[in-house]
Amino acid sequence: MKQTIKLLFAVLTLCVLPYSTYASDTVETHSEEEFDPMAMIMHHIADAHEWHVISYNNSEGQKTDITIPLPIILIDDGLQLFMSSAFDHGKKTVQQGKNYYSLYHGKIYKTDAEGTLNFDDKHEVLNEKPFDLSITKNVASMWISVLIIIGLFTRAAQLYRKEAGAPKGIQSFLEPLILFVRDDIAYEQMEKEKADKFLPFLLTLFFFIWINNLIGLIPFFPGGSNLTGNISLTMVLALITFFVTNLNGSKSYWAHIFWMPGAPIAIRPLLAIIEFVGLFTKPFALMIRLFANISAGHIIILSLMSLIFVMKSLAIAPASILMGLMMFMLELLVAALQAYIFTLLSALFIGMAVKSEEH
Amino acid sequence: MGFLTPDPGLVFWSAITFGLLVFILKRYAWKPILHAVKSREETIEYALAAAEKAKAEVEDIKATKVAIMNEAKVEREALIKQARELKQTMLQDAKNKAQEEADKIITTARLQIKREKDEAILQLKEKVAEFSVDIAGKLLEEELKASDKQQAIIDKYLHEVNFN
Repeated sequence: MKQTIKLLFAVLTLCVLPYSTYASDTVETHSEEEFDPMAMIMHHIADAHEWHVISYNNSEGQKTDITIPLPIILIDDGLQLFMSSAFDHGKKTVQQGKNYYSLYHGKIYKTDAEGTLNFDDKHEVLNEKPFDLSITKNVASMWISVLIIIGLFTRAAQLYRKEAGAPKGIQSFLEPLILFVRDDIAYEQMEKEKADKFLPFLLTLFFFIWINNLIGLIPFFPGGSNLTGNISLTMVLALITFFVTNLNGSKSYWAHIFWMPGAPIAIRPLLAIIEFVGLFTKPFALMIRLFANISAGHIIILSLMSLIFVMKSLAIAPASILMGLMMFMLELLVAALQAYIFTLLSALFIGMAVKSEEH
Repeated sequence: MGFLTPDPGLVFWSAITFGLLVFILKRYAWKPILHAVKSREETIEYALAAAEKAKAEVEDIKATKVAIMNEAKVEREALIKQARELKQTMLQDAKNKAQEEADKIITTARLQIKREKDEAILQLKEKVAEFSVDIAGKLLEEELKASDKQQAIIDKYLHEVNFN
């Protein structure tokens, strides 16, 4: 139920998105004071080429942003390398060789020397996009998470190497989680002898998603990125599950897909079509579920905080903060829950694929 | 709908990063951790089984001990009973023997007494005879002092003596 509401919210938000950004742009030109929650939220949810740390008004009353520039890597007439600070928060056009690049709403477009952008009637940018392999905020955040994960688990592994005693310190925190993934996810969903082969993948998947979900919940630098709420990442993870599942498919698995044993011959082609589509809908659902849940969580918390600025009243702040806190705690649960669900379903799909016995 | 279109950059980096992460963690974290956990589980299982076995052994020993004690008790009782019986028989034997001995002694004594009595009687008889002879002698002496009487007795005896 909760998930459905969140999904609905996310979908609604996404449907309204293009029109609202258009609206906000027109409003912005008329009045600097107007606060547009949708633009703010979408900016926070989206990936970025620079890592915004904090904004403040300096002694002259000017709004100052502290941002960490990130490397831009473009494959466009060879390799184009420069730092995102060259764009000066999207105000400048960058020249690389004979090409000019502009940053607009977090995306890089090829432009002329003046940085002219052409829009269609839905306010979508028509300019060509270079092939962008930049280290964006999400990539940087992912690498930070990877360092944390490797640090945590190699440290724990060292403790295991030392002596076979009762777990202590970081070990006693991580071991129940590792055993949970092993016993309640892997061993539950597949035969024990086969599960061991996929355990490293499932464990990595679980902790990668969980820790990135948690990093996404930290509201300030170096957290706050929306990595697991980004469809690119969830797509990669779902694709990996898809390949791991199907590259390890047993004979009986493929038989169940293309020529269902036990079903009447006449129905078998129909079932084959359904099962074949099912091959792709399963990872697709994985992709959408994680993306929508995490994005929705971010959107709800940001919406609650936006209330203060929309109402332009501090009186609403306690309610906003209280509700935000509740949502935050719920999101802590969702962070673990979604990691669990993604891992569990991956294990389930792999388990179905590697199952050997006929039934 | 910019949000639903995947970014090639993030797809590229996350695929590489996740792949490397799986590889590194598999090598440096999951293998040692899972191995250690498994071997520890086996150790615990083994220790539990050993404890169970030891417990069963102790239970066995206890049962043996009880059995041995029971056996000893039975044996002791048997021994006591035997001893008691032995005592009884010994006492009985002794009694019987004593009775026999006593009977024998009594019999011997009786015989002795009888013999001695007989002897005594015999001696007494001899003595009495002696005395009688003495007395008779004395009497005769006394009697024969008066010649009349002597004559009478002689006569009498002579009368009694039959010569035929």
